[in-house]
Amino acid sequence: MSQEHHDDDGRGGHIHQEPTSFFWKYVLSIDHKMIGKQYLFTAMFFLLFGGMMALMMRWQIAYPSQPVPVLGALLKPLAAEQLEAKYPDAKTRPKPAKNTIFTADTLKDGKVVIQGGAIAPEGYTKLVTMHGSMMIFFVIIPILVGAFGNFLIPLHIGARDVAFPILNALSYWLFFIASVLILGAFFLEAGTAAAGWTSYPPLSALSEMDPASSSGGAIWVLSLFFIGFSSIVTGVNFLATIVTMRAPGMTWTRLPLVTWSQFITAVFQTLATPVLAAALMMLFMDQVAGTNFFIPAGIHTTADEPLSRAGGGHPLLWQHVFWFYSHPAVYILILPGMGIASDLLSTFARKPIFGYKAMVASMCGIMFLGFVVWGHHMFLSGIGAGMGKFFMTTTMLIALPSAIKVFNWLATMYGGSLSWRSPGLWAYSFIAMFTIGGLSGIFMAATPVDIPMHDTYYIVAHFHYVVFGGTLMAVFGGLTFWFPKFFGRMMSEFWAKVHWAFTFVAFNLTFFPMHLLGEGGHMRRIGSAVEKYEFLQPLQGMNVFITHAAILLGFSQLIFLANFFYSMFYGPKAEANPWRSNTLEWTTASPVPYHNYDRIPIVQHGPYEYNAAPETTGSDWQPQDRQTNAAKKG
Amino acid sequence: MSDASAHAAHAGEPGHAVHAVSEFEHAQSKLGMWLFLASEVMFFSGLIGAYIVLRMGGTKEVFDGSVLNWKLAAVNTVALLASSLTMALAISAIRRDDIHRAAINIFLTISLGGVFLIIKAIEYSTKFLHHITPGTNVFYSCYFTMTGFHGIHVLAGLIVLGVLLVRILQGRYSSKNYTVIENTGLYWHLVDVVWIFLFPILYLL
Repeated sequence: MSQEHHDDDGRGGHIHQEPTSFFWKYVLSIDHKMIGKQYLFTAMFFLLFGGMMALMMRWQIAYPSQPVPVLGALLKPLAAEQLEAKYPDAKTRPKPAKNTIFTADTLKDGKVVIQGGAIAPEGYTKLVTMHGSMMIFFVIIPILVGAFGNFLIPLHIGARDVAFPILNALSYWLFFIASVLILGAFFLEAGTAAAGWTSYPPLSALSEMDPASSSGGAIWVLSLFFIGFSSIVTGVNFLATIVTMRAPGMTWTRLPLVTWSQFITAVFQTLATPVLAAALMMLFMDQVAGTNFFIPAGIHTTADEPLSRAGGGHPLLWQHVFWFYSHPAVYILILPGMGIASDLLSTFARKPIFGYKAMVASMCGIMFLGFVVWGHHMFLSGIGAGMGKFFMTTTMLIALPSAIKVFNWLATMYGGSLSWRSPGLWAYSFIAMFTIGGLSGIFMAATPVDIPMHDTYYIVAHFHYVVFGGTLMAVFGGLTFWFPKFFGRMMSEFWAKVHWAFTFVAFNLTFFPMHLLGEGGHMRRIGSAVEKYEFLQPLQGMNVFITHAAILLGFSQLIFLANFFYSMFYGPKAEANPWRSNTLEWTTASPVPYHNYDRIPIVQHGPYEYNAAPETTGSDWQPQDRQTNAAKKG
Repeated sequence: MSDASAHAAHAGEPGHAVHAVSEFEHAQSKLGMWLFLASEVMFFSGLIGAYIVLRMGGTKEVFDGSVLNWKLAAVNTVALLASSLTMALAISAIRRDDIHRAAINIFLTISLGGVFLIIKAIEYSTKFLHHITPGTNVFYSCYFTMTGFHGIHVLAGLIVLGVLLVRILQGRYSSKNYTVIENTGLYWHLVDVVWIFLFPILYLL
């Protein structure tokens, strides 16, 4: 009868029958858990791809013009003479490739005198652009929102799915289309976009300046447009889900911080991403339709004659519209990680989160302030001192809620019964690495300090500390923690710890010296700075050291991959609640059944009741749907 | 119960709404549409904001839109406003189970929206004939981009309305099941509101 399926008047969602065919179960699934896994696997592919590109960049910096090991020999294009030898018939012979990532062999008298396979000059900037774009849009956001958000939100609020499951599937497939587009750009004749992930015009708009702008650049724009659309639909879906589908008793003040962080993130996604769409469409029009939103009049390239564009636009307009989205984007990159860290911390310190309401208020503060700080990316773009003062003030202010969260995490740990199991290790290192990244942010927020630091490796160090040291470490912790829910098995604790140790050490060895590089004046997005600028030569030793540490960091991730995929099939079967954690997903089986909960739970208290009343409850944890004995007694 | 069996019959596949829409689903669906409309407002705000910045920073020669025919655009404005009226009438009709009247009003909405697009097409083609393109100057960059994206939204709305017209005549909607129509109405009103902003900004001021 409908009664057993609608004991919550249908608000938790109906019980659907699980699809049986492979196609409806794994490909065109509308189940939030399967969609979450689809996002996860796609994003993990891009994590490897993007990481590989970073290692190629590091190789070029440390060993300029040296062929990249393995990849260089495999992927280098053929030189003109080699093409003649391979394709004797001139009619079928392809043209020599230009604008590729790798150099070709240089031949003299038919013999190879300089090995190809090194990173070409224009290739380096393509790698920089693709590494940044992929990591931000195709790795971190999809994992945090698409994978963790999709999988956990319905479970955490006690629902059976999201508000709009079919739109949810649409979101994933829009992401998939975007993925195809951005990978496809590598095969274009002019190659991928090469103007940085920030894609400043006029360079990104005019093919006279960068041949790839109207092809690879346009594909980049379209790819981001699709992924932005995916983001907006997901944002709408998650907001509607959290507002309308919370189980009975799940009040706003009983939501896990993971859910709160996803809620705030969804607000950013819904309201900020469309502005990126506007910026992208204007850039696209400049690239292919001859408009001049960002092109000033009388613009020259290296030729004497100015380009025959009517002009009237302003490059600064792009920066304003772009950063209006992209600054909230960085809060999208960190907030879900903060939520994950909070939940992990509480579980592994066996203590309630210190200051739950302050944590929520801080995230709301970040949400409001996050919309009015974008100009701090533009301090050196000519925005003027008045605007600079405004943005410096708001940027300094936004450090406050983040700091409150750090103090609350530390207070949570203080007096806790700290576990050294790997999700806990990830949570503790998240706090430390995020703090370091946040501190460098305070330096940059001060406009006078930013003047020498802007576009140097100091900035690179800052954001890798918050996104890799912060978010990605939270992700690794979350994957290990929720692995039983995703796949019904446990990851190897030993290898998880080994991965953590290597990653933590190699990460710091790679990125901490970048603060010093930046202070020494080493600029970003350049593959041969030391060759061009004599004053940087003393820093080359540090560059080589960083490259070696980065190679160690990259290869250490193979440990995680091996652990992850091996455990998925052969790991020990997991029980429902291996971590003795309180939130609702641990009250159902591992892996989570198709319909999530047999009965929609009725929530009795908040999610962090660890050691809250051990004498009366008899244990150090209390699932959210069990009444505490104290409450039962009245 | 028919609910459970209806869902079992369509296991896993995107479903048909053959059952009455509960009040909860109706409200949830409307909330989703309002949130989506908020994102659309932000999108057009980005474009309008860019226009304002470029206009304030540009000279009269560079930012010249005097060729635009505001009278045609005024007709368009009236057409869209009227189409919003007919849309609202359609919704109030379906809430009274007056399928006939609802279908007529949706048809009128589509027609008025069609008038809008036809006039737009006339405007665009006369410009192209006079060699005025998006690249002519930055005003036209804004004009073609903003009205172009608005036009795409109008077209998308008309397509959905066309599908709804077919379905309403097939008897799929009633006073217990009209959520899709109401949400489409909300979308259509937004399309109208965006034009109310674009018309004075581009043609009058």
